[in-house]
Amino acid sequence: MLDPTTHPDSAIGRVETKNTTCYMCACRCGIRVTLRDGEIRHIEGNPEHPLNKGVICAKGASGIMKQYSPARLTKPLLRKEGAERGSSEFEEISWERAFDIMEERLGNLRATDPKKFALFTGRDQMQALTGMFAKQYGTPNYAAHGGFCSVNMAAGMIYSIGGSFWEFGGPDLERSKLFIMIGTAEDHHSNPMKMELSKFKRHGGRFITINPVRTGYSAIADEWVPIKPGTDGALLLAICNELISQGLFDRDFLVQYTNAAELVIQDEARDDDGLFYRAEMHVEEGCFDPENKLWWDRELDVAMSTRTPGSDPYLLGEFTLDDGTKVKPSFQLLKDRLAEYTPEWAEGITGIPVETIKRLAHEMGVVARDQKIELPIQWTDCWGNEHDKVVGSPVSFHAMRGLAAHSNGFHTIRALSVLMTLLGTIDTPGGFRHKAPFPRPIPPCPKPPKGPEAVQPNTPLDGMPLGWPKDPDDLFVDGDGEPVRIDKAFSWEYPLSVHGLMQNAITNAWRGDPYKIDTLMLFMANMAWNSSMNTAKVREMLVDKDENGDYKIPFIIVADAFQSETVAFGDLVLPDTTYLERHDTISMLDRPISEYDGPVDSVRIPVVPPKGDCKPFQEVIVELGSRLKLPAFTNEDGSRKFRDYPDLITNFETSPGSGIGFLAGWRGKAGEKSLKGEPNPRQWEMYAKNNCVFHYELPLSYQYMRNWNKGYLEWARAHGLVRYAEPINLHLYSEVMQKFRLAAQGKRPGKQPPERLRNRVEQFFDPLPFYHETLEAQQVDTQEYPLNALTQRPMAMYHSWDSQNAWLRQIHTHNYLMVNPKLGRAQGFDDGDWVWVESPWGKVRCMARYSESVEPGTVWTWNAIGKASGAWALDPDANESQKGFLLNHLITEELPPSEAGEHLSNSDPVTGQAAWFDVRVKVYKAEEGEPEVSFPQFKPQHTLPGQPGKRGKWQVYFAGMFNRKKSA
Amino acid sequence: MTQLALVIDLNVCVGCHACVTSCKEWNTSGWAGPMADEEPYGKDPSGTFFNRVQMYEVGEFPATETVHFPKSCLHCEEPPCVPVCPTGASYKREDNGVVLVDYDKCIGCKYCSWSCPYGVRELDEYQKVMKKCTLCIDRISDETKPEAERKPACVLSCPTSARLFGDVHDPDSEVSVAIRENAGYQLMPEWGTKPANHYLPRRKTRIQIFEDELIRADNPLKKEEAVGEIIGDTIDDVAM
Repeated sequence: MLDPTTHPDSAIGRVETKNTTCYMCACRCGIRVTLRDGEIRHIEGNPEHPLNKGVICAKGASGIMKQYSPARLTKPLLRKEGAERGSSEFEEISWERAFDIMEERLGNLRATDPKKFALFTGRDQMQALTGMFAKQYGTPNYAAHGGFCSVNMAAGMIYSIGGSFWEFGGPDLERSKLFIMIGTAEDHHSNPMKMELSKFKRHGGRFITINPVRTGYSAIADEWVPIKPGTDGALLLAICNELISQGLFDRDFLVQYTNAAELVIQDEARDDDGLFYRAEMHVEEGCFDPENKLWWDRELDVAMSTRTPGSDPYLLGEFTLDDGTKVKPSFQLLKDRLAEYTPEWAEGITGIPVETIKRLAHEMGVVARDQKIELPIQWTDCWGNEHDKVVGSPVSFHAMRGLAAHSNGFHTIRALSVLMTLLGTIDTPGGFRHKAPFPRPIPPCPKPPKGPEAVQPNTPLDGMPLGWPKDPDDLFVDGDGEPVRIDKAFSWEYPLSVHGLMQNAITNAWRGDPYKIDTLMLFMANMAWNSSMNTAKVREMLVDKDENGDYKIPFIIVADAFQSETVAFGDLVLPDTTYLERHDTISMLDRPISEYDGPVDSVRIPVVPPKGDCKPFQEVIVELGSRLKLPAFTNEDGSRKFRDYPDLITNFETSPGSGIGFLAGWRGKAGEKSLKGEPNPRQWEMYAKNNCVFHYELPLSYQYMRNWNKGYLEWARAHGLVRYAEPINLHLYSEVMQKFRLAAQGKRPGKQPPERLRNRVEQFFDPLPFYHETLEAQQVDTQEYPLNALTQRPMAMYHSWDSQNAWLRQIHTHNYLMVNPKLGRAQGFDDGDWVWVESPWGKVRCMARYSESVEPGTVWTWNAIGKASGAWALDPDANESQKGFLLNHLITEELPPSEAGEHLSNSDPVTGQAAWFDVRVKVYKAEEGEPEVSFPQFKPQHTLPGQPGKRGKWQVYFAGMFNRKKSA
Repeated sequence: MTQLALVIDLNVCVGCHACVTSCKEWNTSGWAGPMADEEPYGKDPSGTFFNRVQMYEVGEFPATETVHFPKSCLHCEEPPCVPVCPTGASYKREDNGVVLVDYDKCIGCKYCSWSCPYGVRELDEYQKVMKKCTLCIDRISDETKPEAERKPACVLSCPTSARLFGDVHDPDSEVSVAIRENAGYQLMPEWGTKPANHYLPRRKTRIQIFEDELIRADNPLKKEEAVGEIIGDTIDDVAM
């Protein structure tokens, strides 16, 4: 062999290096792709990228295997004449034919009844574009995957503090001293979280994890607090109780920056019971919180306008106003609420010893009070007060799906928001910090349409497909209070379903409830497998026919880059590109990658040509929008407005002359403006020259306390991030929730819930967080099904995507059911035995693995490693389908019938967040002689036309040689 | 003499496997490649890896520690795999202490893997030669790369920077300081192999809250105590 030190790698072939943005998960790290003779040599983290600063994860470093995956789709496919849907019998067609089919079908629907076209997208990062397309088309039936991902996390926090975790905010681990991670597995926010955790630990920070399972991030925690799933709300409320009773809360913060001292009407006989008492004064119209409320001054012992200079209010007490109105500060109501939520009470529910609960509260409270950080940063608040420092309490939190994916998740996350607020850690150093465009008003301004009249033929939708209701009149319901959307979002069943309920779209469309649709378009969503609950039944629905022999869902279009389980169910299949083959924007209009210090957005730029005839889905949208002559895609003379997706990105403005488009960087004619400015014809070039990323660093005085930071808010308004430069006071007490409750109580004019839902809305629209058992646990026999079953996403896999990846699948080839040995021994099965896992809704057979890292009442498995036989270009006997299994078969998408409805979604009753983690199961040993194969099994999928050929026994990847010598 | 090595900080490793695949990615197309995969899309896939992460659970619930343990060739200073090699394929570089295999000389007899007490040598079933971690020898010595990038792929990729790289013979190097200051240790030193790679142990941070920190002068509840109205007489009203 040649001496490696004298023969550099760069001499082996022709080398090029290009920058773009990763998409092996939703983290969106900057990457540098090196090509050798046109093939990918290696993919590295870009050291000059603000998000990942050069690092990359297991998925990102395996991008090569995704690019050259045999599961790639390369041809548009049409289900063969006479072939049954789901049988994978397709013919290759041209893109021209595919567009003709869609143009005719979607054109007719648009001219007659646009809601019969439904567009649901999965883990895409282009909701700004797909949402705009849906609105322009005029269908209300659009959502992305948030309903089954983490909408509770978004809604619970945004309705409380005007921001949320992940893209929209996070823990400031650089300055934090105590970090509590609760309900977070291995994923969001991936690389930045790993980088920050390691620095945090090395700086001597204390890291506590609260989770039923100890893996991944939790493995390196200083303390693991195991908790029973679905009981996080009880823990958080008990900690709040202890903080208040010990006087460990931040009174000054509560008084100035929250509604804690504001007086709430206390008179059940009145229609405005539970609302803030509002004094008569001139109030500007707008979607912000008018400051016409009162508090009770301690010095003068009278009611006074909130935040009157020199006034200091009571947080506790009950008072009578001059007009006889009985009132209490909302903090008093919170204290009253918390009275029953003692640490002793929470111990029995969470399984966490009372001493631990108290200690957690004391650690949080004492660190927050005694280790305050003061940064010498001058800033001015919205009331005109000058500050010569920013003060922070260095206690921070991060939470994700462990809190969100329960039917009590919204209130759990409200409780977390209240806890963070009590500690005074909102947008402060060492605490939670926002990322642009957040903070936004509570709730943000965009609203869903108001009723069926918003949907008209050949007309854009009147309203946003997804928005933020502020009161019942913002619901999207008909005259009877019933849903207008196919997924029933923004109806009285799930009023604050701000991300939609994709998880119920297929079941509802199949049943024709609330109506039948014609065409269902799915982009990058594996709804025939791991993205649906009750998967086997959903697969039947997709092929079910009516009495005339027609499919109940008449036409299904699937756009995907790979041969997923769902592709088999398409009537028309559109081959998408990989992330390395296309332009993309990580947009401020969608889910940008902002940093704490300012807005950041980024792009993808193709580094290799598209494989076969695959086409970026963005181009499909632009082409369809142009063919259908949707207004935003069409000039006044009827001609096509945008040549292609890059052209649209360069020239699109949210309204003519708004200066706001998909990308915030290098706007203005010569690229001299940021965030807002005229389209710049050379914008893509400038991104390409700058590592594909734009980072606007705010001045230090705008980086903290942004809910109330006058300079920041005025800057944000001037640059189009927010509509008002008004303070965004924190909703310790949620008047928004109370308005829905009053409607349910018949105390509010305007939209009324259907009778069957009045009790449900009244119960769950509580203005203060409360704990309740999950809906499923209330309805099933928890003695019969004593265990909680969970899934987690492993760090080396992104949902269903990576079993096709020859390297990553060697890390997780199949999944086990992880069980505490105590449980196994009690049930008579051993490590490695085949077992049945049974819920009231179904059963699966799988292999058990003993683990001491799981609390004994919980069993869990890795998500989406189990595959349908033959999918993802795996051999029919691959481990993923034969030993791997999908927990989804055990989870129901609908609750059993109740007085509130026959077909309510198995979701949070406030937000419609899919309650994946509510499922209850029992586990028992499989019988001797049963086949050692996971159950259920499905008829193997076969390879599609245009898929690259099989690779054979060996795959030998060497960049520059691979396509010449693919297999041996 | 220089002895290059990795120092792996188990205190921050979250087991993400970035080191595993970034290693494979760099090396499959590099000097030590290819790294073939058997049954890449079939039953029981099995390929060549130079670096694997093992996961252990220590202790019983709830006192469980979950440990992620990345393992690759430790580049021993007394490597038992070198003297047993009948062809001289297995060798230790004099300039930097990296242990390498020359595939042209390797006959795949596996003596070296039997002699390695750490189990880090795996036969490449495709080429039938022994392959293992080279510390990305073709990367760390590539002077066409900027100096900051002349590090093993696993080190550059590691999101928690759990992997440090340098000369353990230089007492002032980052790796020597890390070993000295954080109780760095070698695997199975009793074998006398003097592994160059070291590991840093878990370290715990605790907070002690004292009772008197909970009885607080700044207790905000004090501000909520209303000044009570005076009911009835006081001494001031009645005393002469």
